[in-house]
Amino acid sequence: MNLRMTLATTARVLGQLRHDHRSVGLILVVPAFLLAAVYFLFENETLPPGFPRTFDRVGLMMLAIFPFVVMFLVTSITMLRERTSGTLERLLTTPIHKADLLFGYALAFSIMAALQSLVATAVAYWVFDLDIKGSPGFVVMIAVINAVLGVALGLLCSAFARTEFQAVQFMPVVVVPQILLCGLFVAREDMNEVLEAISGVLPLTFSVDALKEIAGNAETTASMWQDTIVMGVIVVGVLVLASLTLRRQTR
Amino acid sequence: MSPLPAAIEADGLHVSRSRTKILRGLDFTVDSGRITGLLGPSGSGKTTLMRAIVGVQRITRGTLTVLGRPAGSAPLRHDVGYVTQGASVYPDLSVEANVRYFGAMHGATTADTAGAIAAVGLSTLARQKAADLSGGQFSRVSLACALVSHPKLLVLDEPTVGLDPVLRAELWERFAAMAAAGTTLLVSSHVMEEASHCSSLLLLRDGLLLAQLTPTELAERGHSSDLERAFLSLIKAADRGQESQVAS
Repeated sequence: MNLRMTLATTARVLGQLRHDHRSVGLILVVPAFLLAAVYFLFENETLPPGFPRTFDRVGLMMLAIFPFVVMFLVTSITMLRERTSGTLERLLTTPIHKADLLFGYALAFSIMAALQSLVATAVAYWVFDLDIKGSPGFVVMIAVINAVLGVALGLLCSAFARTEFQAVQFMPVVVVPQILLCGLFVAREDMNEVLEAISGVLPLTFSVDALKEIAGNAETTASMWQDTIVMGVIVVGVLVLASLTLRRQTR
Repeated sequence: MSPLPAAIEADGLHVSRSRTKILRGLDFTVDSGRITGLLGPSGSGKTTLMRAIVGVQRITRGTLTVLGRPAGSAPLRHDVGYVTQGASVYPDLSVEANVRYFGAMHGATTADTAGAIAAVGLSTLARQKAADLSGGQFSRVSLACALVSHPKLLVLDEPTVGLDPVLRAELWERFAAMAAAGTTLLVSSHVMEEASHCSSLLLLRDGLLLAQLTPTELAERGHSSDLERAFLSLIKAADRGQESQVAS
């Protein structure tokens, strides 16, 4: 690992994004609009007193899901371009270490994810009064970890796609099951045993659990830190797998 | 001939990719501080040989020594520059940002970056996005990204494709100046007239080394001052040789 090469990679990836105003705009603004849509969707629901709004549950989970989905897509396309344009091969003839490249990417997209989740969390918290007992800062932290998970899975999946079209097709395979089973549609304890077991090993489930802990408790809980640590371990594991797909030599 | 040790030495070099034999036993040396041309029809294995030299293509059999070390070994990554056939740069970054990024891998300074951009004549366009440049300018960005590290060995795959004659001449002058300063250059081309700029030629055909000679020797052996013709007559002679071997 070499910090200079890692940071140069981060600066380069952010530089590429900076020239693409439309993508930056979409990354930053779309989650806030979707949150607004969810808010107004459940605006007129009638609740028994003391019962939490649907928006408090769904909006919270969306804060975890956005950075994951967006960063997965952005990373798998960017990395695929790097593989097909020859820049990756060229980079691997230089002294850069694979870890510099991967961490450079992860850092660049974490910065984007942090900005995205700051906007989305601020909108949810101040505009729509999302009920979070804990600190919104921790919500942003979980969002960033989720984004890095998206980056790591995107880096990994880009190795199995030859075209951008194929890369996008990995979304239903990798992303959609996690959204279905993370507890957004049906609470995990109401799932049948098989689905609950699958749900229990999917990374997104841990971040949704962590967010619930943050929303439900004024102080940080052990369970929240446990979920966070599990997420961290999964992210590092996926990054290691992704680094195995970067080969300096073709056979 | 050369007082310096050879920059590249190949001994019985075989490379196969997915069971297709691409290089079928090459033996040659490339002198340090010279321009060596790698010539041959498309599909003859030029790019595969270059990729093996820069260490991104695995060798099936034989040895390939680059600057005294096995091709692909880590210390070489500082000393070997590679310019791929298609310009491998980031189209959505400026010329300067591209060169700066590849320079960062070698600890290049701002002056190195500016120098490399000036060397390919793009100083006035340094802030332009690479995607907005013409085809010839775009491929020169790729070259600048290799020059920024001041490599000891520069491997260039068809660097003059798509360039106008004026630029081609300028580029060959630049290569000659680099060689005079001690850089070893290996330049592939399928345009035979460019062979005259090289001090030594490797003629490749169907994964075999047809000959290693100087442009003058090529003209003599091919009985033509037109190097393209000379190369064709050499190929014909080699084919006849193969046929007579089969017949006997």
